[in-house]
Amino acid sequence: MNAIEKVGTYSMLMVRTFAIPDRWRMFFRQYVNEIQKQGLDSLAITVIISMFIGAVITIQMVLNTANPLLPDYATGLAVRDTLLLEFSSSILCLILAGKVGSSISSEIGTMRITEQIDALDIMGINSANYLIMPKVTAFMTVIPCLVIASMFFGIFGGYCMAYFTDIITVHQYVYGIQFMFNPFFITYSVIKGVVFAFIIASIASYYGYTVKGGSLEVGKASTDAVVNSSVIILLANVMLTKLMLS
Amino acid sequence: MIEVNNVFKSFDKPVLKGVSTTFETGKTNLIIGQSGSGKTVLMKSVVGIHSVDSGHILYDGRDITQMKRKERILLRREVGMLFQGSALFDSMTILENVMFPLEMFSYDSLEERRKRAIFCLERVELGHALDLYPSEISGGMQKRAAIARAIVLNPKYLFCDEPNSGLDPKTSLLIDRLIQEITHEFNITTIVNTHDMNSVMEIGENIVFINKGEKAWTGTKDDIFTSECEPLNDFVFASNLYKELRKAHAFFVSKKKD
Ligand SMILES: Nc1ncnc2c1ncn2[C@@H]1O[C@H](COP(=O)(O)OP(=O)(O)O)[C@@H](O)[C@H]1O
Ligand SMILES: [Mg+2]
Repeated sequence: MNAIEKVGTYSMLMVRTFAIPDRWRMFFRQYVNEIQKQGLDSLAITVIISMFIGAVITIQMVLNTANPLLPDYATGLAVRDTLLLEFSSSILCLILAGKVGSSISSEIGTMRITEQIDALDIMGINSANYLIMPKVTAFMTVIPCLVIASMFFGIFGGYCMAYFTDIITVHQYVYGIQFMFNPFFITYSVIKGVVFAFIIASIASYYGYTVKGGSLEVGKASTDAVVNSSVIILLANVMLTKLMLS
Repeated sequence: MIEVNNVFKSFDKPVLKGVSTTFETGKTNLIIGQSGSGKTVLMKSVVGIHSVDSGHILYDGRDITQMKRKERILLRREVGMLFQGSALFDSMTILENVMFPLEMFSYDSLEERRKRAIFCLERVELGHALDLYPSEISGGMQKRAAIARAIVLNPKYLFCDEPNSGLDPKTSLLIDRLIQEITHEFNITTIVNTHDMNSVMEIGENIVFINKGEKAWTGTKDDIFTSECEPLNDFVFASNLYKELRKAHAFFVSKKKD
């Protein structure tokens, strides 16, 4: 299949996906399930990665700003802006594309090859709507929480560095992270996160839903899903940044 | 009754080449043929998972190939299907699987939905396995659970794709008989895909033999021994057991004549 065909089938699938559910009760049941599966289960990895990255950026920034001309607050400010602007949205979503994207596409792909999707269709259920919509909407719902948790724990990771080592004082760090704070950066990151979440969940669903063959193809589909959604996230990142920040 | 009229379907290469046949109500209609002959494609075309290239498929006079999406979805509520690999939802228990169609389409109370699902599960003798997951039960039990799910909405048409593939002969027999009993009990139009000669001889009330995408023969299980159809004989009497059976059959027939 060439790229244009793929975009075509993807769009058609999304049209089928975003329809009124046959039963709202079933939709909400799936939706709550997915929030649990994607959100809560991604929280731990988000917290851990963010703390370590926050700590590492702090060390690097201390080293890079070891220049008497640069002010004390440079380190805190750099850590905060790196996290708020890029890490907690783009990089976090690239990481989650690996975790959430591959799990969505292998789950739906397995349902495809074991005829569970055919079974839904035979019952007269809109299988795309039943399977994909709860996943996409749930991930878009939880991503703001994950983004904000990542910011918080990233900055906390840096704080721990300041507290437990003597490369930088707590006072300098705390002053730095408050210096010239622009709350719009948080909004900006959350908006990016929501867009990326849609990209990850819908592309992974597309690759899973259109699997043909056996378990080998399911594995390939989930790899393709991760690779392609990562590339599209990077492109979307450039566009969103241009739109919102300049 | 389901009538299939001159149905063509190709993927990369032609698979169905002008199949016409009739499946009767209240009987177990069998589609038989070698692996790869197009049985599953024929069945999936009849239920509308595959759209056909040309030809007509009539469900008691209603042509599914001419229907709009909405009408087709309504018709699907009258259809139950048992898939080759059971296709139970792995994330749900057996009871939840069987209740699923009711959750989607019935406006009964939870208590009534539960009752109906348990009734169907007891009909297939799975009353003891309600809270197990599909991965925790044997292949035969999965098939029975899938039958329960297929009949829970009282379908008028039941499709079974190789209901006994991967099962031992005794379990196969149980599944075949169950399908036949249900067909007679609820007067359903049942269509079964199989390449298993034991099923053919057990429940073959109306048999359609598909050879390389074409209908090559049709008849009942009693007609098989006297068929003149070359590819059918190649298929049915491939094993020594059936060769011997045919000899014995011929012997008895000649004895009767004397
Ligand atoms: N979705 C599909 N895409 C392409 N080819 C298919 C598809 N489904 C079946 N075929 C081809 O159609 C032929 C008949 O397959 P099938 O109906 O599954 O055989 P069987 O009689 O064993 O059920 C096979 O050659 C298979 O490769
Ligand atoms: Mg088959």
